[in-house]
Amino acid sequence: MTDAIVLAVVVPIFGAMLSMIAGLRFDRSGWTVAALTCLAQLGTALAILYTVVQDGTQRYELAGFTPPEGIELVADGLSAPVIVLVATVSLAVVVYARQAGPRGNAFYTLYLLLVGGLAGVTLTGDIFNMYVFLEITGLAAYALVASGDSTESAVAGLKYLILGTIGASLFLLGAGYAYIATGTLNMVDLSEQLAAAGYGSRLVLGAFGLLVTGLLVKVALFPVHTWQPGAYSNAPDSVSVYISALVSTVAAYAVARVLYTVFTPEFFTANPIAQTALVYAAAVSIIAGSVLAVLQRDLKRMLAYSSVSQFGMVVAGFALLSQSAAVGGVIHLIGHAVLKGGLFAAVGVVAAQTGARSIDEYAGLASRAPLSAGLVAVLGLSLVGVPPSVGFVGKFYIAVGAVETGTWPIAAVIFASTVLTLAYFARIIERMYFAQPAVEPSSDGAVAVDVGDGVSADGGEEIHSSAGASPEMVAVVVVAAVAAVTLGFAGSAIESFLEPTLVEVFG
Amino acid sequence: MIDLLTTKYNYIAAILLMAGGLYMVIGDRNLVKKVIGMNLFQTGIFLFFITTAFVEGGEPPVIQEGVETYVSPLPHVLILTAIVVGVSLTAVALTLIIRIYSEYGTLREDVITEMETDD
Repeated sequence: MTDAIVLAVVVPIFGAMLSMIAGLRFDRSGWTVAALTCLAQLGTALAILYTVVQDGTQRYELAGFTPPEGIELVADGLSAPVIVLVATVSLAVVVYARQAGPRGNAFYTLYLLLVGGLAGVTLTGDIFNMYVFLEITGLAAYALVASGDSTESAVAGLKYLILGTIGASLFLLGAGYAYIATGTLNMVDLSEQLAAAGYGSRLVLGAFGLLVTGLLVKVALFPVHTWQPGAYSNAPDSVSVYISALVSTVAAYAVARVLYTVFTPEFFTANPIAQTALVYAAAVSIIAGSVLAVLQRDLKRMLAYSSVSQFGMVVAGFALLSQSAAVGGVIHLIGHAVLKGGLFAAVGVVAAQTGARSIDEYAGLASRAPLSAGLVAVLGLSLVGVPPSVGFVGKFYIAVGAVETGTWPIAAVIFASTVLTLAYFARIIERMYFAQPAVEPSSDGAVAVDVGDGVSADGGEEIHSSAGASPEMVAVVVVAAVAAVTLGFAGSAIESFLEPTLVEVFG
Repeated sequence: MIDLLTTKYNYIAAILLMAGGLYMVIGDRNLVKKVIGMNLFQTGIFLFFITTAFVEGGEPPVIQEGVETYVSPLPHVLILTAIVVGVSLTAVALTLIIRIYSEYGTLREDVITEMETDD
């Protein structure tokens, strides 16, 4: 069954080529190819999860070269849930993109390449291989962000490209330091060799700093988040959904890999300053991201800054090095992907239905589009952390971990950020349910025109007011909202699933 | 100091390339120069990797009769991959720059930002 591991990476890359080749002959074949590929990948991901549950960690040696010399792909308790998340979200976004666009085989080629890159980062057990997959992910993501119609999207894509490349290059330099210190690139082998090289060695410390900093650029923690709001808000709606749900998520997963598999908690016992620095950098990001989110007027931009804050929380969860906090980090990683992807999808649906994109334009949305307003409210409140949603469970475990390790400032920061998150979502809910539709001269007219534009651009039917949003698009948001609540009840199940892996890490 | 310059000049060159490249990315307002800076930064890293592969008295890593010591081949292979990645990134970056230029008529970042906020 270990073949499923390599198939999860190869199938999307093969699908990307197929989509490109099929495009030469059949103009509109991209969606079909992408849907079938993502379906197949979801199958392999579920097979991986099933084998990991049954038999524990699975390893696949690429091309028959034995590790540590050869490259291996690894599915364990940490990577299996993430690969299932990647496959599920990929399929959901393909369904969403059918109506929301962009269309054409070029889009789906890039999309499947991105899926393959993310699967590769998730499953690889080799640090240089991780760099290559990070760059494949990045390359596809830059091009997808720039595929928007607006002139700003190209600028946002270029900014993302330059910062993302610098981040990945730092990661490469860190891998080089680790290689010089140990002579190996395999993650498991590195953890032993780094210990042998001595955790106090400057090379090892340099490798840690460069690897983690490089990844944090990709995660978009404050203050290296500057590429992220532009990229999220100027990308086409489907792309926003996908990259907000997965690209930073997988980078944050890579941070956990580097912290737990490569450097191990003993490294932090030897260098407490490394842990302190990481935890407080995350804390600053939590607060700064929330404050910046409160200041935004554009919905997509606000959600983007909110991600800066939520990923601060995930990284803090990983860096606290307590088992509860790590469980919280993983739950919040998955929960945030579902919630933020769902919210961006909901924003896309609302924009297609009514043309509303800023908080002021959401006034009175509950009477114009009651279902969409309700979904935005449910997803928003889940992100705030109202029990029993998944947003609550993740934060709760991280806060428990902070208290257990005696890191009180983090517990306080999580509480403060919850209040700030409530501040920006309460504002939207207030607009949607309790405000009258705007009477200012511009808005109403602008909204009406936008509806017309949206319809003609999408080429959908023009019969009723929700012509721009297809039932599939709404269904994707409904599934996300249901998942947000049900995953909250699965918290303890996820904890017991992660336990064997984390016990191995924390001893 | 002189000793450092005569024996470790490759590392010094790598650091200069990286620092210069990073400065260009941050300090220069021209988008093409930013991409050139990004390339310089990567080139510095490539040079660093290749330098670490050097073994005193080593031959190029192609197996020959009567040669005992070879330089380490692995960093060369890694950097070959990284160069391919770098070329593709530059290609995408330049494509975006062409699109930006055709839409804004300028390559200066500050002018573009000004035009965006005016909209």
